[in-house]
Amino acid sequence: MASIPLEHLLLLSAALFCIGVLAIVTKRHAVAVLMGIELIFNAANLNLIAFSQHDPNLLQGQVFALFVIIIAAAEAAIALAIILKVYQYFNTVNVNEVDTSRG
Amino acid sequence: MALILFYVFAFLIVGSALLLVFMKNLLHAAFMLLITLLSLAAVYVLLFADFLAVTQLMVYVGGILVLILFGIMLSNRGDTIFIRSESSNGIAGGMLSFLLLGGLVYVITRTHFMQLPWLRHSETIASTGVKSTLHGIGINLMTNFALPFEVASFILLIALMGAAFISSQAK
Repeated sequence: MASIPLEHLLLLSAALFCIGVLAIVTKRHAVAVLMGIELIFNAANLNLIAFSQHDPNLLQGQVFALFVIIIAAAEAAIALAIILKVYQYFNTVNVNEVDTSRG
Repeated sequence: MALILFYVFAFLIVGSALLLVFMKNLLHAAFMLLITLLSLAAVYVLLFADFLAVTQLMVYVGGILVLILFGIMLSNRGDTIFIRSESSNGIAGGMLSFLLLGGLVYVITRTHFMQLPWLRHSETIASTGVKSTLHGIGINLMTNFALPFEVASFILLIALMGAAFISSQAK
């Protein structure tokens, strides 16, 4: 079975990363920005797993990708708690209108 | 065969991620994110990362996506039919990410990764005939990565407590 070329995986990961950056930069809804961050986490994971494919005994890339998933879960929980709090306070989640961080 | 499947799923990933950015309805964007995450799990299977694929399904699709859907539904005013996700700085943001993509593609195509010594002389997981990576990951987590594993569990505990505290605090 022919294995997937490493360069193609890296190009796919680069494309996913740039789409995530595009979502973060252009979107105005805070949850959409969070989706862009998730895309970037997934691009990093794809890179780690692509290199881990050539590391048969140690699997260090896959273990590190597991940690990235854990951090992504923690980040999503915190970010959504903050988004709900911001919505209670400002009555909007548009990141262009939320311009103060005073409590 | 694996190569064809990879290109199909790569097309799905890039296409649904682009649709995520250009969707007007935020709920539809969340469903596009679902397609992206599922296709990524399929690519992980093709890369012989079976445990990571299952974890991707459980944590991302089962956990984070549901959390995002909750966030969308709890943070709309209720006066609109569907939740709009407008975008701003379209041209500047597009230029930025396009330049970033160009630079990354240039670097990846110019760097010959397969000429690296540890990659050239290595055998892939496929050629060793390993049935599952679960055993190796378990051994790694309990030996080489024992401290990061404990720290990660601690971070998760603190993050969940912090999220509960932030969202339940009286104003």
